[in-house]
Amino acid sequence: MRYLTHRLGFFVLTLWAAVTVNFFIPRLMPGDPASAMMARFHGRLNPAAIHAMQVAFGVDNTQGVWSQYVTYLRNTVTGNFGTSLTYFPKTVGSQISQALPWTLGLIGVATVLAFLGGTLVGTVAGWRRGGKIDSIVPPVFVVTSALPYFWVGMVLILVFSVWTNGALPNDGAYDINLTPSFSWPFISDVFRHALLPAMTILLTSIGGWILTMRNNMVTVLAEDYVRMGRAKGLSDRKIMYQYAARNAMLPNLAGFAMSLGFVVAGAILVEYVFNYPGLGYMLLNAVNNLDYPLMQALFLMITLAVLIAVLLCDFLTAWLDPRARSGS
Amino acid sequence: MTAVVAGPTGAPQAAELPRRSSAGGSGLLRALRGNRKAMVGAVLLLIFAVLAAFPQLFTSVKDPSAHAFDLMLPPSSEHWLGTTAFGQDIYAQLIYGTRESLIIAIVVGGLATVISVLIGVSAAYLGGVSDGVLSAITDVFLVVPTFPLIIVIAAYAGKGNLTVMIVVLVITGWSYGARQLRAQALSLRNRDFLESARVRGERRSYIIVREVLPTMTSLILATFLGGAVYAVLTAAGLQFIGLGDPGSLSWGTMLHWAQANSALNTGQPLWVVAPGLCVALLGASFALLNYAFDEISNPALRPVRRPRGRRARS
Repeated sequence: MRYLTHRLGFFVLTLWAAVTVNFFIPRLMPGDPASAMMARFHGRLNPAAIHAMQVAFGVDNTQGVWSQYVTYLRNTVTGNFGTSLTYFPKTVGSQISQALPWTLGLIGVATVLAFLGGTLVGTVAGWRRGGKIDSIVPPVFVVTSALPYFWVGMVLILVFSVWTNGALPNDGAYDINLTPSFSWPFISDVFRHALLPAMTILLTSIGGWILTMRNNMVTVLAEDYVRMGRAKGLSDRKIMYQYAARNAMLPNLAGFAMSLGFVVAGAILVEYVFNYPGLGYMLLNAVNNLDYPLMQALFLMITLAVLIAVLLCDFLTAWLDPRARSGS
Repeated sequence: MTAVVAGPTGAPQAAELPRRSSAGGSGLLRALRGNRKAMVGAVLLLIFAVLAAFPQLFTSVKDPSAHAFDLMLPPSSEHWLGTTAFGQDIYAQLIYGTRESLIIAIVVGGLATVISVLIGVSAAYLGGVSDGVLSAITDVFLVVPTFPLIIVIAAYAGKGNLTVMIVVLVITGWSYGARQLRAQALSLRNRDFLESARVRGERRSYIIVREVLPTMTSLILATFLGGAVYAVLTAAGLQFIGLGDPGSLSWGTMLHWAQANSALNTGQPLWVVAPGLCVALLGASFALLNYAFDEISNPALRPVRRPRGRRARS
């Protein structure tokens, strides 16, 4: 239990740090983005939009920084992010809840698949040390893990969409001529649209998991408890999965939590390349339109999603590793 | 990229590795020469370094940014990779673009490594509350998704400045190395050779600089290489989405303009493929060296050449 309370504490600390950084970034920058915005939209901003920016920046100059910070914290906790400037008069919250399912569906599924697949291949490669798989795997995946996500996406578009005269779609999440519904044509269309972006994420992120898992396996296989398992006459399968892989996975889980930031970076670019209407695509649009309230709320949402994923990894670690549970 | 360096890193033993007795520099260099991945990475890096240093030797085009030629020419003996939609020679742009990417990689990798060493090693050595605070800061930086943060900062700070980009990449790129270095420094802490230095009455700064850091050379190098991969890929991504200097000569900027002119749909795939391939090759050269260092510092990971009995554990 101590382990989990410790990790929960870290979750809260990190979230607070991100929220606070989000509060201070506009204040530390040269110039005053709020008044620059006011000037830019001079005469065209209605009171609701001005209020939106006040929520985003806390530019209410009658208050001190401290009370601005308190107001900002209260607004953030209650999910009041104000009104989006790009999609005026819709609220930032409603825009985000539209984009979130696309990102979770695409990035979430692709990332989990890459992690599971990579862990499995790494387990096999590490187990058959010097075997056929093991002689090919490391050099190939060292190279693929250094490929830029967005470029892989563009090459896939070239090969599977441009050269095949549009066999696979490369734009958006579904055909705009279809109305969203739970019908077969719509669902299959969503799937077709998700194929190339998901492949991009899978291809570029799987290498890292394979390599770390393989290296962890190699290290774990030299441990005494593995030899003990052999001496007891356990089957290879049992030693491989329940003795070696279970232990080798622990550092990989920690690595998963740490590498998520990198996956998110890649995912933002992938959404941009494929015009996929998720959080990352919306973030870049918000940046281009100087939609500061939307931008800052999106950063917080992405951070929250990553932190929840990290917390899930911690729970998984506690489940796999009795040592973490007992807190020694 | 971070995942690549995540392998378990044992104590560095680079100097005692190679069986080869041929002369040739320090132990580390000799170890590198015996590792195929390291050789490929080093040769690639050398090629890029030469391109970055003397671009004028490899192309006759004097100003690759100028709109000097016909638009959208296909590859020919005159323009090996064709020309862009602005009439620039793609091959010449590639050659001249090497410099900025390489500079970003080396400067960011170097500065991030310095911060990693400072924070990681001091956390391990100070212990107690300082260790708690420094480790918590490291973990927070590690987990907060930096790329959206960079985008937000760039949106406020104004885009297009190389210095801003380098500073931002350094601030967001040091935490992974710091965590690994702290772990290794902790494991070194109670070794006999450090104990004896302490008993000799050496100053703390002497112990850290002369005794601890040399033993950590291989991990410090790995931190540098990991930081360089991070810098190459992240900088290319930022330039690609238009947060770099749109007038600068770099691979990421080339990709930005190619995307802005939908080069894929107008029959100019080379405009996209070539600069991306260069980013990938530069990233791969650092990553290969990095992985090779892991193998060198942890002999258990090295490829098996002939079947052997199970290694006895020491």
